[in-house]
Amino acid sequence: MSLMLEVAHLSKQFKDTLAVNDLSFTVNEGDVYGFLGQNGAGKSTTLRMLLTLIHPTSGEIHLFGKNILDHPNHALEQTGAVIERPDLYKYLSAYDNLYIFAKMSGIKPTQELIMKNLQLVGLSERAQSKVKTFSQGMKQRLGIAVALVHNPRLVILDEPTNGLDPQGIADMRQLILHLSRDLGKTVIVSSHLLNEIEQIANRMIIIHKGSKIAEGNVAELLDPGNTLVELDTTDNPRAFSFLQQSSFTHGLEQKDGLIRLHMDRQEIPRLVETITTDGQGILSVRPRHSLEDYFLSLTNPDTHVESPANRIV
Amino acid sequence: MKKNLLLTAFFAMLLSFVSQAQDINILLQKAKAKIETVKDYQAQGRMKTNVAFLKVPVATVSVFYKKPNRLKVKSEKGISFIPKGAVSINMSGILGNINFTVLDAGTDKINGTVVRIAKLLPTDDNSDIVLSTLYIDEASSLILKAKTTTRENGTYELEMTYGKYAAYSLPDKIIFSFNTKDYKLPKGVTFDFDDGVAPPAADKSKNKKGRAEITFSSYVINKGVADALFN
Amino acid sequence: MWNLLQIELYKISRRSRTYIAFAAITAIVLIFQLAFKADGTAYLDFMSQDVMDTFQFDKSKAINGYFMCYIILNTLLVQVPILIALVAGDAISGEANMGTLRLILTKPVSRTQLILVKFFASVIFTIMLLLWMAVTALFFSMLIFGVDDMLIFRSKGDVSQILQITKDDVLWRYLCAFLYATVALTVIASLALLLSVFAENSIGPIIATVCIVIVCTIISNINVPIVDKYAKPYLFTSYLVGWKGFFYIASTEDGETIKGSMENWPAVRNSLLTLLGYIAVFLSAAIISFRKKDILS
Repeated sequence: MSLMLEVAHLSKQFKDTLAVNDLSFTVNEGDVYGFLGQNGAGKSTTLRMLLTLIHPTSGEIHLFGKNILDHPNHALEQTGAVIERPDLYKYLSAYDNLYIFAKMSGIKPTQELIMKNLQLVGLSERAQSKVKTFSQGMKQRLGIAVALVHNPRLVILDEPTNGLDPQGIADMRQLILHLSRDLGKTVIVSSHLLNEIEQIANRMIIIHKGSKIAEGNVAELLDPGNTLVELDTTDNPRAFSFLQQSSFTHGLEQKDGLIRLHMDRQEIPRLVETITTDGQGILSVRPRHSLEDYFLSLTNPDTHVESPANRIV
Repeated sequence: MKKNLLLTAFFAMLLSFVSQAQDINILLQKAKAKIETVKDYQAQGRMKTNVAFLKVPVATVSVFYKKPNRLKVKSEKGISFIPKGAVSINMSGILGNINFTVLDAGTDKINGTVVRIAKLLPTDDNSDIVLSTLYIDEASSLILKAKTTTRENGTYELEMTYGKYAAYSLPDKIIFSFNTKDYKLPKGVTFDFDDGVAPPAADKSKNKKGRAEITFSSYVINKGVADALFN
Repeated sequence: MWNLLQIELYKISRRSRTYIAFAAITAIVLIFQLAFKADGTAYLDFMSQDVMDTFQFDKSKAINGYFMCYIILNTLLVQVPILIALVAGDAISGEANMGTLRLILTKPVSRTQLILVKFFASVIFTIMLLLWMAVTALFFSMLIFGVDDMLIFRSKGDVSQILQITKDDVLWRYLCAFLYATVALTVIASLALLLSVFAENSIGPIIATVCIVIVCTIISNINVPIVDKYAKPYLFTSYLVGWKGFFYIASTEDGETIKGSMENWPAVRNSLLTLLGYIAVFLSAAIISFRKKDILS
């Protein structure tokens, strides 16, 4: 899988708020990449920076191999997006809207192409209706048709299920999966709902207050058996090199004078045993909470769960 | 004899005075008679107006006259600003139907021609004309210049140059000078473009005289003029 | 670029507010024409009250199509900036308000391009509006009132003047005047566009533009020496009425007008250059600020 998007040390400062803080992540061709975070976490700001709507304070974004600030059109020609609400020209018909944005995307839209795209989102029968007569779900679908009309490689959808009824949400999920599986698009989709991302994304990033909390494979990140463990021994450097030779290498690192690694909680006794056989004394073993617990705690402030710290899967 | 001589001298002097007084009246009558040979005319001419507040092109005008005192200046094309006192472009306006007392005011020279000066005082107290001064060329009985003071329209002056139509006492060129008021647009009706050029301030105090100059190219005399033209 | 401009013009043409301007102009022009048809000489009497003592002129000839158009433009060109602001002030802010701005900018359209397209669309709208004014105020008036010499009532500092332009010397002046007005109104359009960049609803920039025009027009017309010297030359509103310069015909020493002439072409030319300078400044400022702007709408 080839690298499509590479974001490095991206930050955005608005006056006195740091909306995005040193964010780095990558998206591969073919991914459905979930962007998970609470409202105000910096998701939209980041996605807008990917689309050149907002200028980064620092950091770099490479899309399709080129820096987007230097080659914005190279990036935008191959990208389609719906950012927040799918706002369109209300006084124009669905057909006209699609036609206009297709032209802006640099293609020559044929009637056939327009109708095909309207069909894709189930709006072909309302082609000549003005957008102001559309329901939220219809607007959302038309917005996606606008994002797709020029056949982009990358589709960015910011909170596409916002304001939709349960049926609309289910339809949207199907549509995204269709884009990915059948049309081979790479999709970046943001949401504040973990289960939504879980159902469609293969990889994801979780951000909170502008900073990355975790990034990686969805299945692994949400695996309850995947717990971050902090370990303190009588001789950490030695224990660290010992563990490198053992089976406990997943996410193994030394940080803040401690050894950190990802592992199944059930394996902790075996970890202790392994280290003691090397003659090390164990000072402490602290299993941190799972990502899911942590994310839920963010969205539900009543439960306090400590940060699982940066995790790479 | 001596007495006789003295008496003769006195009478001669008296006679000369009387004859001179008669002379100016006669001259005036002659001039008037010449003017009155014209029953009507229509003339083509070009009118040039020179008034501080008026910037207009030279106008092609037709002048229609019919006895006793009807005169109309019409612009052939476009709009023409015609001085209101223009009635007196024809001398019959002054000489025509008003009774007046004539005073001999001596002689003067206009462009090298010696002229007699006659001052005309209307006898009618209600006449609009207060005083007319005529400068008459004795040899041709033509009025070369006329100054008229009116109650309503101030003082205006006519200067006439004669040529082809001198026999009818009709000028080839007439210069009409008159008093004008300052023109002021009602305040605040226009947003004007100020091109940064201040108008010459001297204009204000100096010359409030307007001038209109008509150069006639042709006259059609005594061939009849329709009354409708004067409406 | 041409594609984008076509789209922009299509969008403008599909909005009903666009036609408010045309309807407003038609209404004003019709009212003028009706009023003057009914009682035009009264207006002339009012304008020329001092002249009537000394001169007579054919007032029915004076009220002709050329004269009418001048009178209408004199009034209308003071109001048209509002109509221009209505469209140009909405150019960016309206898109921001609708939310379509972020959609446009996620398309491969550069921001400079977008501002230029919005600018040219506003200019085209301005031209259409002026063409419509030419049709209604000039050609309709010519049909209704006929054609004759044109009288200009002008106040120049402390003195007033009446200028007469022969009828065969008028049309080129109108052509130039309309071209000048296009430039003058484009200044308004670029100002409204600049303000539009900073706002996220269209009411703000429209009102701000109109306010700026009104305030500057008032300052331009205060006629206090210190204002005339230090403020007036720097206000674009001082130059908006420069189109009249084309009707200020030159005259000889003894007051005879010179056909085909202008009294002060350098002044008109300098006004024109000043206005073009303003357009350049406003437009560049709009481009620079729009390029820097974070799209948060």
